[in-house]
Amino acid sequence: MSAEFLVAREVSYRYPGRRGIQPAPVLSHLDLALCEGEFFCLLGPSGCGKTTVLNLMAGFLQPTAGVLTLAGRPIERPGADRTVVFQGEDALFTWLRTIDNVAFGLRMRGVPQQKRHAIAREYLHLVHLDGQESKYPSELSGGMKQRVQIARVLATDPHILLMDEPFGALDAQTRGRLQDELVEIWRKTGKTIVFITHDIAEAVLLADRVGVMTSGPGAQVGAIVPVDLPRPRRRSSPGFGEMWERINAMIESEQVDVS
Amino acid sequence: MTELSPTRQDHPPGALTSLRLPELLGKIKGEHLIYIASIMGMIVLWHLIATNFFKPQFFPGPLLVLATGEEMVASGELFEHVGISLQRILTGFLIGSAIAAPAGLIMGSVPFVRAIFDPYAQFFRFVPSLAWLTPVVLWFGIGEISKILIIVYTTVFIVLINTMVGVAHIAPNKLRAAACLGATPVKTFLHVTLPATLPFILTGMRLAMGNSFATVVAAEMIAADSGLGYLIFNSRLWMATDKIFIGIVCLGALGLITDRFFRYLVVRFAHQYGPIE
Repeated sequence: MSAEFLVAREVSYRYPGRRGIQPAPVLSHLDLALCEGEFFCLLGPSGCGKTTVLNLMAGFLQPTAGVLTLAGRPIERPGADRTVVFQGEDALFTWLRTIDNVAFGLRMRGVPQQKRHAIAREYLHLVHLDGQESKYPSELSGGMKQRVQIARVLATDPHILLMDEPFGALDAQTRGRLQDELVEIWRKTGKTIVFITHDIAEAVLLADRVGVMTSGPGAQVGAIVPVDLPRPRRRSSPGFGEMWERINAMIESEQVDVS
Repeated sequence: MTELSPTRQDHPPGALTSLRLPELLGKIKGEHLIYIASIMGMIVLWHLIATNFFKPQFFPGPLLVLATGEEMVASGELFEHVGISLQRILTGFLIGSAIAAPAGLIMGSVPFVRAIFDPYAQFFRFVPSLAWLTPVVLWFGIGEISKILIIVYTTVFIVLINTMVGVAHIAPNKLRAAACLGATPVKTFLHVTLPATLPFILTGMRLAMGNSFATVVAAEMIAADSGLGYLIFNSRLWMATDKIFIGIVCLGALGLITDRFFRYLVVRFAHQYGPIE
């Protein structure tokens, strides 16, 4: 694994000011390097700028300073090589059936309908949504909607999946099931995953490495913690609790430093 | 990896599967009975008040209005008025919507275009069509064009403003999702902005349809010799209050029927774009 796949170097971001007032930077001099194929969790308290990092990686925002590169090429705009799974279910296209939501990226590429539906069905199978292809998003549960989002981004065969607290709004049971399924999908597809969460247990459960963000303004990735627990992991696995405590201590000491 | 609660997954909340046909029929029947009872009651009340307290020229009762209506149907007069009014309304409404919906989509999506046209939209939407009657007749004559233009004018601003609101209401996540799935700005416009805004366009069209019915009376004040507006306006000269009532009843009934029909078309062909009501 080379640690030069997705790289953020000296990245700062500041939202545009109004009436001459310059707001404090959300991120300042953030450095990060991801390996190809790894499952990376970006962990931090609410409002610290995790989503801003993801928006920069996706190309929705441009850094005010510094540079982000994917496989050596600078990230300048959104692209189908870095697809995003959003927290909100409002990211689904409510007027399209499940299968056409999943096939959307392929349609944008001009893949003919029969072929893109065949591909979409494969990915619906991968996320355990067989038989749901002709339902509209409003007819699906919250967990199923997030599965559709995952299938939709996988169908475009991206290099990286960017996931912004995708399970944050789900009940605990559904969340646990989707966490397991996501690890399984990651193993089957070998995609690089950037997963944002504020839940330490979720990060320990999923990640190869956890990037712990400092609290903003001017947030950075304070520490990178490799999680070398064997998979499949359970909250009861040996070492899980210690890992949780270690990361929790980091976040707490960080917050004490700031306040 | 298996589903722990397949029943919940099969019947998500909000699905239409829980409505049973007998229940549905029972519900509709009960509601309809109340509708019918309410309308009958109102007609009886109308009859009692009109016959007991007023002269027929002042406030005609339902029986008189019905008799006049029958006469007008028999002579073909009523259908002529209804037909021509409906034609004007629909032509103006369709032309107005066809102009306003694309204009609203583009103004909503392109800030540069919005900056150019928004001041006019915001200004003229407060000027009622009635205010334009005389200039429109001066410029376009007293023919059909003037009447249809007045209805186009009424329709345009309602549909335009609704469409722009619709564009502003698109969840940013949808636009971002489209962008990261490889949609170009033009494709995002066609495949996300347009379908996501459709419920707002259709709602705007429904509102505009109501206003078109109101405006047809004004439009037919322009030296018309036919149409429900003409019927109402001309009957004034003869104190033919019963004929005015026929015009009023026809406008209301036609409006109701076209609105139901419009709603039926939306539910039948565009239900996936969002609820209407």
